[in-house]
Amino acid sequence: MKKIATGNKAVAEAVKQVKPAVIAAYPITPQTEIVEQIAEFVSTGELNSRYIPVESEHSAMAACIGASITGVRTFTATSSHGLLYMHEMTNWAAGARLPVVMANVNRSIGPGWNIWAEHTDAMQERDTGWLQVYVSTVQEAYDATIMAFRIAEHNDVLLPVMVNLDGFTLSHIMQPLDTIEIGDFIPPMHLPHAIDPKNPAGYGGLTGPDQHFRFRWDIERSMRDSVKVIETTEKDFYQRFGRKYGFTEDYCCEDADVVVVSMGTLGKEAEVAIDILRKEGIKAGSMRLRWFRPFPQLNLMGKEVVVIDRDYSFGFGGILAKSIEARQKTDVYGVIAGLGGQEVTFEDIADFIRKRHIGQEFWFGVNDNV
Amino acid sequence: MIDSRSLFAPDIDLISLQELDTITEIPKEEYVLKCTSACAGCSDSLTLRYVLKAAGPDTVLVVPACCTSVIQGIYPNTAFNIPVYNIAFGAAAACASGMSNAFRLAGKKTNVIVYAGDGGTLDIGIQAMSGAFERGTDFLYICYDNEAYGNTGMQRSGGTPMGARTTTTPAGKPDAKKDIDAIIAAHDPPYMATACAAYPMDLFRKVQKALTFRGPSFIHVLAPCPPGWRYSTEKTVEMGKLAVKSGMWILYEREYGKLSISPQSKVAMKKPIPLEDYLAPQGRFRGIDAKTLEMLRQHLLKNIKKLAAEEAEE
Amino acid sequence: MTMYEIRIHSRGGQGGVTAARLLALSAVHDGKYATACPFYGAERRGAPVVSYVRIDDTPIRIYSQIKKPDMVVVLDASVMDVVDVLQGLKKGGKILVNSTHKKEFAGFSSSHVDLTGIALRENLVIAGSPILNTPVLGALAKTGIISVDSAKKSIREMFTDERNVRAAEAAYGEMNA
Repeated sequence: MKKIATGNKAVAEAVKQVKPAVIAAYPITPQTEIVEQIAEFVSTGELNSRYIPVESEHSAMAACIGASITGVRTFTATSSHGLLYMHEMTNWAAGARLPVVMANVNRSIGPGWNIWAEHTDAMQERDTGWLQVYVSTVQEAYDATIMAFRIAEHNDVLLPVMVNLDGFTLSHIMQPLDTIEIGDFIPPMHLPHAIDPKNPAGYGGLTGPDQHFRFRWDIERSMRDSVKVIETTEKDFYQRFGRKYGFTEDYCCEDADVVVVSMGTLGKEAEVAIDILRKEGIKAGSMRLRWFRPFPQLNLMGKEVVVIDRDYSFGFGGILAKSIEARQKTDVYGVIAGLGGQEVTFEDIADFIRKRHIGQEFWFGVNDNV
Repeated sequence: MIDSRSLFAPDIDLISLQELDTITEIPKEEYVLKCTSACAGCSDSLTLRYVLKAAGPDTVLVVPACCTSVIQGIYPNTAFNIPVYNIAFGAAAACASGMSNAFRLAGKKTNVIVYAGDGGTLDIGIQAMSGAFERGTDFLYICYDNEAYGNTGMQRSGGTPMGARTTTTPAGKPDAKKDIDAIIAAHDPPYMATACAAYPMDLFRKVQKALTFRGPSFIHVLAPCPPGWRYSTEKTVEMGKLAVKSGMWILYEREYGKLSISPQSKVAMKKPIPLEDYLAPQGRFRGIDAKTLEMLRQHLLKNIKKLAAEEAEE
Repeated sequence: MTMYEIRIHSRGGQGGVTAARLLALSAVHDGKYATACPFYGAERRGAPVVSYVRIDDTPIRIYSQIKKPDMVVVLDASVMDVVDVLQGLKKGGKILVNSTHKKEFAGFSSSHVDLTGIALRENLVIAGSPILNTPVLGALAKTGIISVDSAKKSIREMFTDERNVRAAEAAYGEMNA
């Protein structure tokens, strides 16, 4: 059925399809609509899950952990300060190898109170062992949430997955949504280390350096193995449901002299900028990074690279820009834009590309082009 | 030291009281195996031994950072013959909340027991615990209270009594012990109790009873701690008894809000032994000044009066 | 068709966001792509608010705010006292005002319809306020940006009360160019 839905509603619809046993969540702007919609599904019986209205995000993730270790599917959603408040437990979920799926509606961090889109919240989770995907449309929010469960629960992965969508810009806008019946797309969850009183074991107790080191390496090994699982999951999704996704969404990149790399809704806006530049005779392309963890190999050889960061690591640089510089061993033009929901139009993005200074950094709307 | 027999009021039958403490009913199965890394004289492991005997094998323990995270041994070994899920310091009740919901949705009756120290309960874990109680989570929360942060070397907690010296209150704690039981009572759980491993049968029965209720139940267990309280290791049971007999620790249970004071404490409340008899063997109270001692005593008497009045009311 | 951009002016609580949603849904039923976007500020009941709708034959990739709309819809004429509703409106662009009488805007093509009167006639009132978001869909259908069938279908998907459809039909018939 053709529907129209907000990004938040799309996530809730996806959760309804996947049917987690336990959902524990705490409301926060701009994510609240997700938990409201899920609570509604549970109360009307459309979704036979336990919805735990916890008293904090720390407890939301702790409850997901407690449920997940019994071997059942779990989901939560948060944003911004909520994500930071659960930071201790996001680490725990990954370390405990629990396939919790979370939607994070990207929002800036205070002070002051600002409720609009920024990627700094999720970026502060980048070293926790969570897989991270960033989406750009309502449909993609729905599709990525469904796929997240299959990827997380795959026994070659068994790591939590975070689906990121831009606050308001995507969470609250309405676009067409094609919902699907997933059938057997996601196999029943099998957690090999699920807790079982008939086979008692200790979980997460004291661990010496050798074993701890080994567990860290196991996380990294699974993170590397997740690349193939992501590829096969997205391929199967395409074959069954006809929508194609990858580690990046490339637009006019093949013959491009200059490529702008960005994440989330800015990556879609950038495509319009490319159309304008192409008409001007500038051979530009757009690469929208979807998966930030695991960080993919990017095909940017021989191209000038402009990176838009909707985040920042103080004293270092734009996190995406610096990641690409490190991986590609090349200098980029780093543009910091869209913080705190700053309006960034396709015209602005076209300008970033036209006026690029490779090797330099530009804070859009704050300082002049250096 | 006082002869304990002299403490009983003449109208109390000495024999029946002793019977309350016999442990013949307690099953022989051991879930705390003989390989814990607990300190000598540890009442955490002693308490847990009775808790698990009462709960039986279809039980999962959820343990936040506390002495119990240490005494279970080092991976890949475990000293507990029962599944133990270790979780971050402030998260035990929330974790148990998720676990209980998952088990119940799957139609499983597995007991979910949080076994947490005073730090993980009265301090950093209080928010998650309050939330879990308010939501009616089907679980048993046991706080074993050694009145300080034990596994990090005895820093003050909200459970440390006034006047007790810890590494962060070297001159004695100026503040009173937080009344966690009143806080729990405010959540109106179907069952809550206090206990002490010095009275194993009382503890055992209270755990068994707590697990028969649907919804949240709470047992607050006083856990005398030889290195923390600075008394010699063989005196753990004796310290527990002195705490009860002095009225510093009152054994009771509250079922759907109705208070019943346990017989041992009824005796003690009528004629408590001098408070000094409880404090004197403990190095942590050494040098306590007269004013603080008097405040402790007044607090103790007030608590006795309050509980006696509550029971008489019903 | 190139992208068509509509800006809706209303006051908080008057249903501007729902109107945008219904308009986008109708366009989707017409086989087009659409995005409806409420602008979120420090929103409060009664304060002037705007929402945006983009309609196109191809997927919409623009998320930034509409700066040069093809059409402006004014659900509450009183906001014109405090907001420049013509701001950025394309030369020759359309403006549709909820009003009993025609308002002239030099250089723009203006139309009007008494949505409030229609709502009151159909007794479409919630908490003392007339409902404007369903009647306006009829007027929008009259402008040709969505079909009447899709407008009705969208209203019926969101509301069970047939008075909403009747109000939209009335607005379709009564709109004056």
